[in-house]
Amino acid sequence: MKGYVKYYGQKVLWYVLTLIIALALNFFLPRMMPGDPVAALASDEVANMTEKSAIEKVYQDYRERFGLDKSMPEQFVTYLGNLFQGDMGTSFSQYPRGVSEIIGESILWTIGLQVPAIIVGWLIGNLLGAIAAYTRRGFDKIVMPLFMFISNMPAFGMAIIMVWVFAVTLKVLPASGGYGFDLLPSFSFEYVGSVLRHYQLPFWTMVLITIGGQAIGMRSMSIYELNADYVKYSRFLGIRDNKIVRYVFRNAMLPQITGLALSLGTMVGGNIVAEMIFSYPGIGTTMLGAITGGDYPLISGCTLMITIMVLIANLVVEILYGIIDPRVKAAQQEA
Amino acid sequence: MKHQIKQIFHSPKFVVGFIVFVFLLLMAIIYPMVSAVGPLESMSKIKFLAPGTYINVEDTLNAEAGVIELDVVANRVIAALTEDEKTKMVEWLELYGGVEEGSIDIGDAETLINTWNSKYDEDIRVTGTTALRKEYQRLAARVENLLESSGVSIAEKNENGELEIVKSYKTKEFVGVNDIANKINFPLGTDNFGRDVLTELTSAIGTSLRLGLIAGLIATLIGLTFGLVAGYCGGVVDNLITFLTNLFTVIPSFILLVLISYSLGQGSRSVEIVAIVIGLTGWPWTARSVRSQVVSLRNRDHVNLSKLSGHSMPRIIVMDILPYVASYVVMALILQISSGILAEAQLSMLGLGPSTTKMATLGLMMNWSQQASAWQTGAWWSFLPVILSIALVTFSLNLMNTGLDQVFNPQLRDS
Repeated sequence: MKGYVKYYGQKVLWYVLTLIIALALNFFLPRMMPGDPVAALASDEVANMTEKSAIEKVYQDYRERFGLDKSMPEQFVTYLGNLFQGDMGTSFSQYPRGVSEIIGESILWTIGLQVPAIIVGWLIGNLLGAIAAYTRRGFDKIVMPLFMFISNMPAFGMAIIMVWVFAVTLKVLPASGGYGFDLLPSFSFEYVGSVLRHYQLPFWTMVLITIGGQAIGMRSMSIYELNADYVKYSRFLGIRDNKIVRYVFRNAMLPQITGLALSLGTMVGGNIVAEMIFSYPGIGTTMLGAITGGDYPLISGCTLMITIMVLIANLVVEILYGIIDPRVKAAQQEA
Repeated sequence: MKHQIKQIFHSPKFVVGFIVFVFLLLMAIIYPMVSAVGPLESMSKIKFLAPGTYINVEDTLNAEAGVIELDVVANRVIAALTEDEKTKMVEWLELYGGVEEGSIDIGDAETLINTWNSKYDEDIRVTGTTALRKEYQRLAARVENLLESSGVSIAEKNENGELEIVKSYKTKEFVGVNDIANKINFPLGTDNFGRDVLTELTSAIGTSLRLGLIAGLIATLIGLTFGLVAGYCGGVVDNLITFLTNLFTVIPSFILLVLISYSLGQGSRSVEIVAIVIGLTGWPWTARSVRSQVVSLRNRDHVNLSKLSGHSMPRIIVMDILPYVASYVVMALILQISSGILAEAQLSMLGLGPSTTKMATLGLMMNWSQQASAWQTGAWWSFLPVILSIALVTFSLNLMNTGLDQVFNPQLRDS
């Protein structure tokens, strides 16, 4: 148990360090932008002013309000302070709503969509890959090339095709939004039903994309494992296949979990763009609106939130890996 | 070396990928040159022309017309009637024409018209508002008009301002498409700016490939250098570089791309700069895999021999270790190109891609298509070929990579 604490303690510490650096990057990168940020911020207000001194006064007011007249490190400290109080600034494009409020709403939709989609996609993908590896003949020959092609299609590409086929051409499912545009969020059956209907298309799109990638990996790993010595030996001894299969797939799963951790960043990124296609009211659409509107507190907040999501997801996967991989357990017991 | 190249070309996956890739590359180079239209030349003020051949209407006057025995009238009526009008016809026939409900299929326009012709009687009193009666009368008149087309006359204004008939056509006269002087074929239609999609697409493939190449080269070079140094030197340098690599693996490169691209601002995002930025954020996994290769190589005998002989570190790295990781680097380069193209497409969809009006990239085409709500209006030719091209390019590159992988690592070969 003591070994476990040390192992996990190190991991958590590392992630906290990564978080701090991510915060720093998130803060400094946009501020290294060439040009005067104040001019951009105040451009609307000074658009009709012609007197120079008045314009200068407005700029000065903005500088003080946003703390832009202090030095960079001071600004960073203020930023961190505000962050810990949950204040991420005020949005420009949706003035005067606070960034935290906007993101708070969107993130629920995104998590509700992506977490089940990634889990379901991962499970089904690995299952299909395992089956393909086990029954080499018919199933495999169809599944392999199909999934190879699907996994190469970009996430948003799949999203666009799904919207076009199912929503526009076949008119089976709604094309955009998180719920009917004539409804307001409430706890009525109508609202929940509408939410579920709008959930289908984005959900199955993301599941399909994840399946494509996972199936191929799992298939290769399973083929590799099925050719291992212990499998041949067990078969020789007469142990039934369905007992052996359990061990084989448990071994094949481990690199898949590591692979999941490595590819979570890309997956979330791709799913975010897919979200935009569906105009699903999650972080992706919010970020798109922020970029179009030149709203950099909101962009900053969105990227920070996405980074934190990915970091947490990575941490969870690493913890899971520590529990599942017996080699980690053994190493802890030795130490 | 020669033997390895021969082996590579024997691998089926590599050959397939290679053929597809070379095909796309040739299309990208040759088609824009032979096309009648420039890639970014706006050909029409109408948005989204569907794929097909477009004929200049005035030129049909000058072409020789001959009669061909085809039932033109039925086709013309079928094409001219809107869904609404057809529905109304079915309504009338069911209510007053003695036709059973649901027995007429609105999709079968010929039967509908024949039934209408035989059953319609304008004397039958229609119950309902005057407006409804007038509607049916108008409908009947329109159908009769269409059915009775007895040819058309083209008139021009003469010097007195009066219309003078220039030419008359019987209803069954046709002109040959080849006789028309001005026609243009848009195999894939036009996009929302009126540009020919096929020409734009092929030139965009070329630009995207170039962008992918730049990004891939930069990412591979950085990854290679970091991997070599970290793997060979070990110790503090290794720990530092590994820490950096892990850092950039976990922080999604997509986020970094968004932040940097946004910070650069609208003015300075040319294709080359975007490529450089993508390269700068894509190196971590190359570094990681090169490093693990080098770590296993650094205790080989020839390396120890060079160390004993007193060769300098850079020399050992370049002459003794690099040749062994070369095959791996080539594979990494291919994968980096493919992921660079994807990253650019994603960035452009967000609106943070290259801001240029002189060139098109695959991502930019997708972005324009999205802003014009192409998939809601059903203009499939403006986004479907682009998505397929992106998929094909990445697919062929990844296929080549898998082929190479199987040649260089025999244990991965499919049994």
